[in-house]
Amino acid sequence: MESNKYENHILIIFAHPALQKSRVNKVLLGAVRDIESVTVHDIYEFYPDFHINVAKEQKLLKDSDIIIFQYPLFWYNVPALLKEWQDLVLTHKWAYGKGGIALRGKKLFCAITTGARESLYSKDGFNRFTIQEFLHPVSQLARVCGMHFLPPFVVHGTHSLTEPEIISHSEDYRKLVIALRDNKFDLEAARKFKRLNEHMDKVIIR
Amino acid sequence: MTGENFFFHALVFLAAAVISVPIAKRLGLGSILGYLIAGVIIGPFGIKLIGDEGQDIMHFAEFGVIMMLFLVGLELQPSLLWRLRGPILGMGGLQVCASTAIISLIAVAFGVPFQSAVAVGMILSLSSTAIVLQTMKEKGLMGTDGGQRSFSVLLFQDIAVIPMLAFLPVLAIGAGGLDPAISSTDHAPEKGALWVEGLPDWLHAIVIFGAIAAIIIAGRFIIGHIFSFIAKTRLREVFTAAALLLIIGIAMLMSKIGLSPALGTFLAGVVLANSDYRHELESDIEPFKGLLLGLFFISVGASINFNLISEMPDIIAMIIFGLIFIKFIILLGVGRVFKMSTDQNMLFAFALAQGSEFAFVLFTFAVRNQVLPVDTANLLIAAVALSMVLTPLLMLINEKLIQPSVGVKERDAGEADAIDEKNPVIISGFGSFGSIIGRLLRANGVGVTVLEIDSDKVDLLRKLGLKVFYGDASRYDLLHSAGADKAKLIILAMDDHEKMLGMVHTIKKHFPHLSILARASDRTEAYELLDAGVNNVYRETLDTSLRVGIDALRALGFRAYQAHRASKTFRYHDEKSVFELSHLRHDKKGYITNARQKIEDLEQLLLSELKGEEEHLDAGWDTTSMREEASKVK
Ligand SMILES: Cc1cc2nc3c(=O)[nH]c(=O)nc-3n(C[C@H](O)[C@H](O)[C@H](O)COP(=O)(O)O)c2cc1C
Repeated sequence: MESNKYENHILIIFAHPALQKSRVNKVLLGAVRDIESVTVHDIYEFYPDFHINVAKEQKLLKDSDIIIFQYPLFWYNVPALLKEWQDLVLTHKWAYGKGGIALRGKKLFCAITTGARESLYSKDGFNRFTIQEFLHPVSQLARVCGMHFLPPFVVHGTHSLTEPEIISHSEDYRKLVIALRDNKFDLEAARKFKRLNEHMDKVIIR
Repeated sequence: MTGENFFFHALVFLAAAVISVPIAKRLGLGSILGYLIAGVIIGPFGIKLIGDEGQDIMHFAEFGVIMMLFLVGLELQPSLLWRLRGPILGMGGLQVCASTAIISLIAVAFGVPFQSAVAVGMILSLSSTAIVLQTMKEKGLMGTDGGQRSFSVLLFQDIAVIPMLAFLPVLAIGAGGLDPAISSTDHAPEKGALWVEGLPDWLHAIVIFGAIAAIIIAGRFIIGHIFSFIAKTRLREVFTAAALLLIIGIAMLMSKIGLSPALGTFLAGVVLANSDYRHELESDIEPFKGLLLGLFFISVGASINFNLISEMPDIIAMIIFGLIFIKFIILLGVGRVFKMSTDQNMLFAFALAQGSEFAFVLFTFAVRNQVLPVDTANLLIAAVALSMVLTPLLMLINEKLIQPSVGVKERDAGEADAIDEKNPVIISGFGSFGSIIGRLLRANGVGVTVLEIDSDKVDLLRKLGLKVFYGDASRYDLLHSAGADKAKLIILAMDDHEKMLGMVHTIKKHFPHLSILARASDRTEAYELLDAGVNNVYRETLDTSLRVGIDALRALGFRAYQAHRASKTFRYHDEKSVFELSHLRHDKKGYITNARQKIEDLEQLLLSELKGEEEHLDAGWDTTSMREEASKVK
């Protein structure tokens, strides 16, 4: 890979069925699109007919060290195509099971946006569960495939975000991705937080 | 002809047709043989219901041939005609020249004077356009290689009649000298009625080119407007009258300037093949053509001189046999030279081995110009008429006895093992459309039985291991032997829409358990299939156009998934509207032309799209109202 000069290659699996209506993800994506050694893979753009090219996807995964699932939270879940992607690409004996070691040792986390404010994601809140709990299926998937699952990057309360707020989140996202690429990120410290962007200044190494 | 007399004749002819044609068809002999036999029966040598007027009626009925060529032209795009120029000039030229030369030589060998022999050779080199095209149409063979080439040769022959008419007087034996009215025609108007009579040759040529140019220009730019004006009156019979007027007018014009009317109307047909009114013209002229051709065949049957035949049966038999045999061999040779496959070559040679209806006119003309003695001419006319009668039989022999052994077999004996018999799917028509479906099904392990009319393709497909049945797919027996009673689905993928409607009828009647999936080229065809009771109708261009639409939207920056869904929504609407409009169409009163119908349909469609239902389908992703609500809570 040409990314030899960087510590890590990052693959962003991006899923948004209606990006033309997006306010937040559009800006987040724009902030990471042109970073070297980062591949943005916009799956709704590639597979509008849901006909996923499994071999191609597996190659992309193999060539990367850190994988990000970026998507808006829809009904507490991943958008439909990302689910289909998981079902078809993470095959038995390739990603897990006997001989399934292709993803072993790689890092995985979710970069998500939610309409609801952070406070609503708690035991007593409107949504009754925390975001981490809603992410259990992905975290378990990572475990079965031998990947390290990191806390998510979350932008909460998108419904009432202002433009400057969205831009500031996108700058955080960019900083995070670059730091991860360059191994300038304190993973151990980050694991203590609910989300990677909770205290950006405490986890990025200068 | 008095009124009573007219009704009597009409009664006789119609009754003869109505009785004999269905019987002949039932017996598998085809309608033409039915007409011919009917003519023999009612003629002067049968039960004598008509006498010598058979000849006159034949002249009148030859108009059916003119109409047929007009219709043939209508179905022939100019581009196709251009593609056929090789076969027309090459094969047609070779066939006419070789036949003329060889038949002339044989005649000379039998002691016929040289000039007469050349005349006989020329006239007998022609084949019967009426019988061949009608038989081929009926058997659905026009689209095959043999059919196309037969048509090409016939077209060349029709053109060749004109120089023949000019040349015959030159062959006059005695001191008859040159007749000034040399450029008479197959429908020679009364002597001296030619407009171009006495004109110098160069002026005549200019007149001819002028007339042809006039037909082309009028067909391209003027006739369409006239028809649309007439169509607006919404009087169907006036439209029919206009169509007849057009054909008769061109026929007259052509006769007057010394060209073949059949060729003139053929040309007009080709020019109008791309016009909006093609379908209307076709359906208006078709019944007239059918009746007149029937009349023509009846009168051919009635005019066969059985007295002459019974006087010298051996000589006539010899002439007929010799004629058919020699022409057959030459045709086979021509087919060989032009690399036809054996079975198509057989079809070609059997189809064209008879004499032509033009022979009646040409022989009479030759007698008038002292090229041939009357006795010889009568003998030859009888032989030609009988050779025409024999044609449907010859084609039947070809179909039943020759084809099964020379080339492609209807049933594919080698392949027909037990598993194949249980193929759940039958695909009729394995062209570009059907073959994609077939490949998809086979790739997924589904056994497919193919029905195909083009024998060249059949050979190839069989070599590739497909189970292929060859022949007219609307026939009950072919469907039956292809296993239609055991299959689950039948896919109609051929491009011959009329044939398809016929098939739907046969299937609904005899194999009601089969699900039918049918291809349609456009909305009009889709409506007709829906009317015929087929629910799964696939317009062939719909999906491709939508894919182009998707890519266009993407090129303009739309998200792939948005464009994809938009096209699905559009398609859903479009399919729905086909169903809806197909019912609406029946309520419409009056006469609306195809083109207008299409425009009205489009208008309906565009209007319904403006309602913007697309938004509703994707509303789930719209967060506007969520955000409004959130801002109130704040
Ligand atoms: C179909 C749908 C389902 C949603 N479900 C949730 C949800 O379960 N929880 C939540 O917090 N927000 C939910 N939202 C709000 C989206 O998460 C929010 O609009 C999105 O993250 C904003 O990002 P964007 O501007 O990039 O589209 C939903 C929105 C849609 C359209």
